[in-house]
Amino acid sequence: MADFETTMGAPSAGGQVVGDWTGPAAAHAQLKKVKKQKVLLMGKSGSGKSSMRSIIFSNYLARDTRRLGATIDIDLSHVKFLGNLTLNLWDCGGQEAFMENYLSQQRAHVFSNVGVLIYVFDIESRDVERDLATYVNIISALVQYSREAKVFVLIHKMDLVQPMTREDVFDHRAALVRRKTAEAVAIVQKQKPEQPPQASLTTTTTPTPTPVANNDLSPNLQLFATSIWDQSLYKAWASIIHDLVPNLSLIETQLASLGLAIDADEILLFERTSFLVVSRWTSAEGERNPYGDRFERMSNILKSWKHTCSKYTGTPRNAEQFSDFEYKMGATFSMFATKFTTNTYILVCMPPGEARFNSAKLNVAAARSWFKFLDGPVVPAQPAAAAVPGAAAGAGSGLGASQMLAGMPAS
Amino acid sequence: MENRQRLQKKDGVKVPDPPTPHTKGKPRLLLMGQRRSGKSSISSVVFHKLPPSETLFLESTARIQKDSLNSFMEFQVWDFPGQIDIFDNPNFTFDMDAIFGEIGALIWVIDAQDDYLEAVARLNSTILHLHRSYPHINIEVFIHKVDGLSDDYRLDIQRDITIRIQDELSDQGVENAPVNFHLTSIYNHSIFEAFSKVIQKLIPRLGQLEAMLTNLCRTCRFEKAYLFDVNTKIYIATDSTPEDMASYEICSDYVDVIIDFTEVYGSWPRSQQWRKRLEGEPWSQPLEEQVACEWAESGMVLADARRPIMLREVDRFLALVAIMKEGSYDKMPQINMNVDVVVKGLTEFFEITKPKELAPGAQQGPASPGLVQG
Ligand SMILES: Nc1nc2c(ncn2[C@@H]2O[C@H](COP(=O)(O)OP(=O)(O)O)[C@@H](O)[C@H]2O)c(=O)[nH]1
Ligand SMILES: Nc1nc2c(ncn2[C@@H]2O[C@H](COP(=O)(O)OP(=O)(O)O)[C@@H](O)[C@H]2O)c(=O)[nH]1
Ligand SMILES: [Mg+2]
Ligand SMILES: [Mg+2]
Repeated sequence: MADFETTMGAPSAGGQVVGDWTGPAAAHAQLKKVKKQKVLLMGKSGSGKSSMRSIIFSNYLARDTRRLGATIDIDLSHVKFLGNLTLNLWDCGGQEAFMENYLSQQRAHVFSNVGVLIYVFDIESRDVERDLATYVNIISALVQYSREAKVFVLIHKMDLVQPMTREDVFDHRAALVRRKTAEAVAIVQKQKPEQPPQASLTTTTTPTPTPVANNDLSPNLQLFATSIWDQSLYKAWASIIHDLVPNLSLIETQLASLGLAIDADEILLFERTSFLVVSRWTSAEGERNPYGDRFERMSNILKSWKHTCSKYTGTPRNAEQFSDFEYKMGATFSMFATKFTTNTYILVCMPPGEARFNSAKLNVAAARSWFKFLDGPVVPAQPAAAAVPGAAAGAGSGLGASQMLAGMPAS
Repeated sequence: MENRQRLQKKDGVKVPDPPTPHTKGKPRLLLMGQRRSGKSSISSVVFHKLPPSETLFLESTARIQKDSLNSFMEFQVWDFPGQIDIFDNPNFTFDMDAIFGEIGALIWVIDAQDDYLEAVARLNSTILHLHRSYPHINIEVFIHKVDGLSDDYRLDIQRDITIRIQDELSDQGVENAPVNFHLTSIYNHSIFEAFSKVIQKLIPRLGQLEAMLTNLCRTCRFEKAYLFDVNTKIYIATDSTPEDMASYEICSDYVDVIIDFTEVYGSWPRSQQWRKRLEGEPWSQPLEEQVACEWAESGMVLADARRPIMLREVDRFLALVAIMKEGSYDKMPQINMNVDVVVKGLTEFFEITKPKELAPGAQQGPASPGLVQG
């Protein structure tokens, strides 16, 4: 499990003034209280919890996970994610004795203040009934103590299923999990009929079985088919991380300004260690891209490229591996990826053209300062309102994108 | 290993235009060996980009699977069912000329994680047959599935197999049969590297290609340059500096990165409005004229800022990938000019080679060797 401590742009120890902040985006940066949320990572022993954690956050290769020892009890690790988000990752050993313990003596301790539960099912497991029974108990405890928690269920090791039948196997299992989740909730509801209907839980973006009733305790549930051997892992974890990223709407607003300013078709912002996509922006043209899985695919490609570099240069696998990348595919498209802020990489895909490309690179470099807040609990130097493209070009503020670009020599 | 490298070097020099009477079509790679030694996995991973982990689901091969590899040269890849013995088959007589008549290589796959005595015995009898009737066929032994085996153990196995083959051959009075050994696995680059070596021996005038790359490295001060077949990541030539697995790996992975980006962002048509806008004011130029280079080009600076990597598309099939020296990223304009020249030379080289490959009559394959009886 994990604790997320987010300091949402707030000064850690009181005293600093946050005053300067006046732009329209300021609303998003309203100081939220320092939040302490747990993220539980649970599932039967051997289901693959430690493997995913090591691959995503410690840059292990999938094949290295075979050497991981079993996790006994709770394995605590602190993962820094972006500057102001510390994951206290608690990987709970899944042996039955421990599971029992979480559910009994430690019940309140473990299940209070949970923001997210990640539950991992091993698709190869022989004893599906028993796995589901344990899951039901966990969900009951969760709903009892942290009814607002989000639940991510990962149907894992999907690579072991025949490619042809993967979708069916997943759909079948997903339906089963949804039903069991509903059952678990029903049990709790029956036990505590007197509980007043609380503010209903956030509506999900992914398909959930039933509409949220007023006193419905159903957790916000999302299911993913995953494997450490392909990009599916990045898709699931990017979703998990997504809502926990502080100042997300500010990031999104500023990425959009940047995208429009440099005439990009797509911008992806990656966290530098995990290479999970933190945020992205896509132009109308870019939305026509038929590759719906491209975000997790990019994470996967760049992450494995990091491994290659690490092997080649002999530097540690968690170290930074490349600083600058350019690719121009004739008159089809251009792209570049570069170290952005201390904690992020940025990837820009754009229309072809030498002058356009050079100017975009300059502008991205200049835009780094808009995103300083990604690196820690610091308030951005300038309000996003002033984040007009021209300002970034260093050519004085107020210039529109096309004017600025027109200033660049065409080839 | 050393021995293999020495052989390789020698071949590189002497390879020009193999004057066999059999060169009527595409060079052929024949994959043979015991059942489940990994033949189909190898051809799927190398020629069809199957992720290695998915080979677990491959059906066993019931008949000869023929693939052709369309690239700078056209190759045929034949995957044989392991259970049949083509030289001594009670049910069916194979047309040997149809199988071995082409210039090419026999790739004999041995599962290093399994008992290999029978495999080696069959290989020996195969070598004896071929040596007698088809001496132009290179025999390439892939000691396969070496992932999971320690380095020492791999070498022990290689030594043991080599000795068993040499002993048997010299007992039969055969010396200098063209047998080469490769340690391979589909889970890493070794299988691609092995195929590179195998294929290089089949390229006419390889020496010329190598000379071009060696020259490029000297003028641009590159550390290492490879000419890749982009689809398979087989390298068909490199410069004359010593072989170096590490630089092959990073260049090959770089090709992978580029292939992926190309697919995701470069393989779908953009709209008319998009183009119109980009070609309108203030650009007022077709996109084709807004770019500096019509072919794909790419560069990457590693974080230690020491050895940048560059890639340049040569044609539909080939790409040049080079590891540059420290700090040379600043000299890109001059480097690009030199690269332009070499790319032009390479294009001409393959234009000269192509018509010969596609000479009239070269296309039609030999008679089918037929199906295997169930
Ligand atoms: N085939 C396959 N094996 C996996 C996958 N994820 C993990 N494993 C393997 O499962 C075993 C147990 O994983 P581990 O992470 O220690 O499980 P944990 O007890 O839940 O932490 C290891 O040998 C992993 O290599 C997966 O997606 N596919
Ligand atoms: N560990 C390992 N297994 C391999 C390798 N190559 C193939 N295999 C496995 O060997 C089995 C048999 O492979 P297959 O290609 O069907 O063998 P064939 O009968 O010779 O065509 C499959 O389960 C493959 O996954 C390898 O390099 N390493
Ligand atoms: Mg564990
Ligand atoms: Mg087969």
